[in-house]
Amino acid sequence: MGLSHLSILGAHPKVEIVGVCDTSKMVVEVLERYSGYKCFSDYLKMVEESCPDAVFVSVPTKYHYPMVKELLKKGVHVFTEKPFCLNPEESNELTQLAKKVGVVNQVGYHNKFVGTFREVKKLVKEGTIGEITHFQGEAYGPVVIKKKSETWRSDPTEGGGCLMDYASHVIDLINDIISPIESCKGSILKSIYSKNVDDSVYALVGTKSGTSGVISVNWSDDTYRKMSTSVTIIGTEGKIISDANELKVFFKGDKLPKGYSKGWNVKYVTDLTEEVNFYLRGEEYSAQIDYFIKSVSAENSSDINTFDSAWKTDKSISLIKNQSSF
Amino acid sequence: MERIIFGDNQFFAVNHISDEKSRAQSIKFKDDSAIIKTLDIAIAAGINTFMCTTHDRIANICEIVRKNPEKYKDFKMYPCMPYAHKYANAVTDLGIAGTLKQYVPGNFLGSMFKGGVAYLSKDYISIMELLIDSEMKMFKGINTPVIFLQNVITDLLMGLGMDEFLVAYAKYIREKYNAEPGFITMNLPKLLGVLEKNGITNPIICASINKVNFRMSGGKDLYEKILKEGRCRVIAMQVLGGGAIPAGEALEYVSNLPNVESILFGASSKQNIDNTVETINYQDQRKKEKFITQKNLEIESASKVFKMN
Repeated sequence: MGLSHLSILGAHPKVEIVGVCDTSKMVVEVLERYSGYKCFSDYLKMVEESCPDAVFVSVPTKYHYPMVKELLKKGVHVFTEKPFCLNPEESNELTQLAKKVGVVNQVGYHNKFVGTFREVKKLVKEGTIGEITHFQGEAYGPVVIKKKSETWRSDPTEGGGCLMDYASHVIDLINDIISPIESCKGSILKSIYSKNVDDSVYALVGTKSGTSGVISVNWSDDTYRKMSTSVTIIGTEGKIISDANELKVFFKGDKLPKGYSKGWNVKYVTDLTEEVNFYLRGEEYSAQIDYFIKSVSAENSSDINTFDSAWKTDKSISLIKNQSSF
Repeated sequence: MERIIFGDNQFFAVNHISDEKSRAQSIKFKDDSAIIKTLDIAIAAGINTFMCTTHDRIANICEIVRKNPEKYKDFKMYPCMPYAHKYANAVTDLGIAGTLKQYVPGNFLGSMFKGGVAYLSKDYISIMELLIDSEMKMFKGINTPVIFLQNVITDLLMGLGMDEFLVAYAKYIREKYNAEPGFITMNLPKLLGVLEKNGITNPIICASINKVNFRMSGGKDLYEKILKEGRCRVIAMQVLGGGAIPAGEALEYVSNLPNVESILFGASSKQNIDNTVETINYQDQRKKEKFITQKNLEIESASKVFKMN
């Protein structure tokens, strides 16, 4: 993720890269020699010498808390990768600190910048499918498909595991589209190939708004070429099924939002996505960075993917974890 | 380059608008024989160029092509490297150094002279050349007149300002493989600027070009302007806008753009392949007729002026 963020930032007309920090000697060497960036192996030294306006933090989750805290204390704007912290206490502390310091704060839940999911949120918030009676949030993909060598992703104390790494995307989406998950009635975290962490998560959850639903996530499913995230939302007036590519909506009655008709409607992300200035691996990755840069230059309301929303997601994650016996 | 080029997304369940369709494709093309059967349909429709990723399964297709030299004597392949998932998975597993050890041919750190020296002297351009050789192995004995760098790498390098690698890629493909280097990108205007700045003129670029401005970073107007200027040899891909535009309308748009040398498309059924080829040929024919009519009118009016004088 770090290199891809750096490339998108490098191509952004309003951004100047003043320093890069990495622990890999090889990465540092290549970036110094071929990109001409000033590189460091100590992030505090980097901040001290380069005096950046903003810092992107793309490191294993367990380092988010100490690093972001130091950065906030120095008064720089911070973008950090997801999930936010290892536990909601840490996230809460950083959220309060960021508010106090008054800097822009954003977490990399890129699905909020996917056209189909944005449209789902709009449809739900406008009440177009009536009262929500049930939802299902799912994600499947081929991350751990055999017993293999250990990395930080397989270490629970570093923020590894399917719940933290994969299911967090789905939980964050549900929290945003419907309302924050505030209860967990039962959850199963299962290892399939990993020794120390969960490879799948199944949970029955309730939201602040009183709706209930199911979370079903498995990162050991190699029938998928890459991660596939989807939501199904059932309401009294209709139903929404959406993934990052395709949005299908069924309307029961005649009260319809603009551009939709009674019965099934299908829309594609191509109809719902705004062009970005530089494309690397998906419009959403460029869009979230562009949003952050605009927030730093005070060109928007900077209210998507704030530390506050990521803290709520960490709370939901922790509820699901505590409910299981894993 | 031929006017119509056949792509491989459908064979590997790459679908930009539907996970369901992607699964159906994965089922349909489970066996290599299904891929070959579809390629043969494309060849029968007059398409002799297959643009494909360096996916493991392409090695099997290459083997079949090599074994039937008579049948595939006019057949060309345009490799697109690297198959990024392979490396991405390996980096997650083994780290960057571990991945290089796994994929650089020969004993990376030991006996193989170039590999060992490159690693020790931190000569990353040579390491890239070794990786290119490793990706090209499967195409031995096959006609590969153009060799592409995948957009995920082209665009990553461009964003990181690593122009040197793009230049070195082009140079190596020309010298070692006697082929034309090609670049796939989602950022045509920006890439063309970078390549020209580094002395690569009239490059072969494959980019998303369609009526609905899908994946055309910088915007459709800028793309159309650049096409008019004729500064690069363009292969248009994603001409259907990921499936969002009706095929006829999509092909009419792209066929009539100036300086689009080739159109890349992928399809699974005979009907779709035949329809696409027929539509492009029909549009090209109409364009030619329009051009001739226009020229005739010009000659006629010029001769009238001449008579009046």
